[in-house]
Amino acid sequence: MNRTRSRGWLGALPLLAFFALVFGVPAVVLVAGAFTAQGRPSLANLSQSLQGGYLNAMIGSVRLSAVVALLGAVLGTFLAYAIVTSRRTLLREAVLTASGVLANFGGVPLAFFWIATLGNSGVVSGLVGLPSGSLYTFWGLALVYLYFSVPLMVLAMAPALDGLRPQWREAAANSGATSWHYWRFVALPVLAPAMLGGVVLLFGGAFSAYATANAMVGTVVPLVTLKIASALTGDVLVGYENIALALSLDMVVVAGLVMAIYLPLQRRTSRWLH
Amino acid sequence: MTASGSKSGSGWGSGSGTGSGSGTPGLSSASVSASASVEFRALRRTFGRTVALDGLDLVIAPGEFVALLGPSGCGKTTALRCVAGFERPDSGAVLVDGKDVTDVPANKRDAGMVFQSYSLFPNMNARDNVAFGLRVRKAPVAVRRAKADELLALVGLPDHADRYPHQLSGGQQQRVALARALALEPRVLLLDEPLSALDAKVRVTLREEIRRLQLSLGITTVFVTHDQEEALSIADRVAVLRDGRLEQVGTPAEVYDRPATPFVAEFVGTMNHLAGQVTGDHVTVLGQLLPVDGPVPADPSVDVLIRPEAVQVVPADDGPSEVLAASFRGASVRLRLAVDGGEVLADVPGHEAARLGPGARVVVRLVERPVLVAARTVTVPAPVIPADAV
Repeated sequence: MNRTRSRGWLGALPLLAFFALVFGVPAVVLVAGAFTAQGRPSLANLSQSLQGGYLNAMIGSVRLSAVVALLGAVLGTFLAYAIVTSRRTLLREAVLTASGVLANFGGVPLAFFWIATLGNSGVVSGLVGLPSGSLYTFWGLALVYLYFSVPLMVLAMAPALDGLRPQWREAAANSGATSWHYWRFVALPVLAPAMLGGVVLLFGGAFSAYATANAMVGTVVPLVTLKIASALTGDVLVGYENIALALSLDMVVVAGLVMAIYLPLQRRTSRWLH
Repeated sequence: MTASGSKSGSGWGSGSGTGSGSGTPGLSSASVSASASVEFRALRRTFGRTVALDGLDLVIAPGEFVALLGPSGCGKTTALRCVAGFERPDSGAVLVDGKDVTDVPANKRDAGMVFQSYSLFPNMNARDNVAFGLRVRKAPVAVRRAKADELLALVGLPDHADRYPHQLSGGQQQRVALARALALEPRVLLLDEPLSALDAKVRVTLREEIRRLQLSLGITTVFVTHDQEEALSIADRVAVLRDGRLEQVGTPAEVYDRPATPFVAEFVGTMNHLAGQVTGDHVTVLGQLLPVDGPVPADPSVDVLIRPEAVQVVPADDGPSEVLAASFRGASVRLRLAVDGGEVLADVPGHEAARLGPGARVVVRLVERPVLVAARTVTVPAPVIPADAV
């Protein structure tokens, strides 16, 4: 019995080795570095990462991610509902395929796409008379992030919306319910687990995004990922690598806090599934 | 054929409820509304080029249990959905208690519906599902809880109130759906093939319990099914539909014994098609002269429609016919016989079948009673036998 079990674990070894290499080692390095200053154990890096410009960057990142997650969730859900309820299967397939592509569209190409369209010399900027620099702001960046976040939400929500049975709406109407009652008491609670998952996914995507923001706004919009890159590369000052690690640890804590909110909510909204 | 099987299962409305002894077992008097009449008046509904309802006329009396029976695509579900308000007819009207409700929205109609597939709200337990309509109407929590528990007891699920739909069997889910449909004390109950997704034994149990509940509540009920045995066994009247039109409406016995058209004869029960020759108002078939019931086609060469139970089989060593196969059907045995070069189905009582095994020689006679005839489809006295008939 024990021999069989130990052999079973052998099968998991490649996965465990991979996990240790790509997650375990960096995590250890990150934590160790974050708590080391001038070769000695210290809280100085963490303390510094929560002050001044670093704190502003963290707040900016959380704000941007929250805005993108909420707007993306709402817009993505509406778009997913529109295509799921559409009678045109071709349209549905086209939108879902496009969403699959656009959800993975990021980095410098995405930044270039928007700069060329709505940047100071963008093709559309001149046509619509967009004030110079509009794209290189918090809301400009939010718009660009929504470009990949909304399709991601569409992909997350389409299967859940597909699962809403027409009979539920009819059964609700048969019980005297209006459309509002149906959405309030049936559809939204059924969709809630998928929506919550989508919001967390979008938050995480926006929170960790770097290349697009770096190519678009540089240091104009304070974001923690840009600060980490700046500290690691020594753009301004050298010897700030461990500050970068402390900022990374802060990000892990923020992600943990989001999960701490998400998990109980998810458990509550999906209790009827278990 | 029309006799329902012996009762099995837990049962509801027969002492399992919490009723007040109002004459409606298991349900308080407050839960019983006056039932209403339902009338389909020249109802027509098309979907593109498909005509689902083609001038359907039918009147259902208060408290009556009517089964809409027909093959797939005959319009029976569309008719039911017109009453529920989920379909709007192109023309014609639906009247409930004489009042035109054709334009009344679905959520304002006084009709409870049980759907074909499981339509319980998955995020609510059984109690909340049943109480949903009361919640929408902002009934106090205590009231809706009491009502839901009362109805769950009525349908035999007093201990399942806290279970979610996925924790209930198919039959239990349909019972909860039935309780939910009754929660707002509707004057009409609509059942859209509620048993079709259930296994055979549960179907029989549940249909009997639905009937018992309907009788105890006295609620007007429209029951859609494509299963003729189901329709014949529980309905006061059966309305047979074909291509959106009413072929015949009558009691189960009338529909079975005196089908108005060859289609009804064919659809309800099993029917032998035997070649016959009409002379005046009689027809010669298998050497017998029988009176013709109903219209006669212009061509005197006809199909004579004979039920298997109207075929008498007598063992005879030198008989001209032969038993090809015998299948046990409980109280009766169905025989497949070789007669005059064709095949005939016959149902004989089980106790008579001992000497009627395959290979036995027999004499075949038809019961002397009026028969239905239709335009000729057979050239020899061979029946059109459904594959599953024997």
